[in-house]
Amino acid sequence: MAVLDIATTVDARGLSCPMPIVKTAQAAKTLPSGALLEVLATDPGSTKDFVAWCRQTGNELVEQSVDGAVYRFVIRRK
Amino acid sequence: MTLTAEPVKTLDPIAEAIADAEGIDGVPETFAKALAEGRDEVKPRELVIICYSGDLEKTWASLILASTAAASGVPTKMFLTFWGLQTFVKDEVRVTGKNWMQKMLSVMQRPGISHRKLSKMNFLGMGPWMMGTLAKQYGVAKPKELLEAAQALGVEFMPCQMTMDMFGLKRDDMIDGLGEPVGAATVIELLSNGAAPLFI
Repeated sequence: MAVLDIATTVDARGLSCPMPIVKTAQAAKTLPSGALLEVLATDPGSTKDFVAWCRQTGNELVEQSVDGAVYRFVIRRK
Repeated sequence: MTLTAEPVKTLDPIAEAIADAEGIDGVPETFAKALAEGRDEVKPRELVIICYSGDLEKTWASLILASTAAASGVPTKMFLTFWGLQTFVKDEVRVTGKNWMQKMLSVMQRPGISHRKLSKMNFLGMGPWMMGTLAKQYGVAKPKELLEAAQALGVEFMPCQMTMDMFGLKRDDMIDGLGEPVGAATVIELLSNGAAPLFI
């Protein structure tokens, strides 16, 4: 697997809706266009929520994976 | 009748007109760029949450939706009215109002976001305490935290002028970062211009 150039990581593990999205949006605001943002979450609802959020905001969901109970999303800033 | 030997360059009259005007073939780059940019600038529909209830669970729901909407790039406004306005009094302000009835109301229902009661199963504060404990256990952000996130993400708060007057609330009683007090007509205009309404 190619190593991605992640600009910042949002650790939303242990947080429930809507904080993973809220924290991701806040982190995304600080990044330049094209930068990669990694999100780690344990909220099972986040698998659908991040797809919807990316569609809504125009950010690109580059990668989505799960490792045990941790969901990982890589998002490219619009 | 003779057919012209020259091949037809374009069948698009608009492109031809542009080419004539610009003296070049095809759509000018700046024009094409502006068209492409214009498409990205379509604004999402606004959201207006009419925050009417002061109950803990409804305040919670309003702030979850407001912070998520703002996080999703939706311009979000909250109109704070009746019991919903009491939520946005500073936590440390105990008694509000000028006359005895206004003061009595604030004593019966303590204002402030950290003093909300459940509409059901309040049991003298036992219900909210259990909700708070469960929230902590399950990583659920409390209303106060959601309010801070909503403010940081640019949610606009519009206090209701009529409620301010009726409850005898002063600007100093209210938390920082609220907008100018407005009336129902402001909300109606937003809604008639297409904002999505939520009455909570």
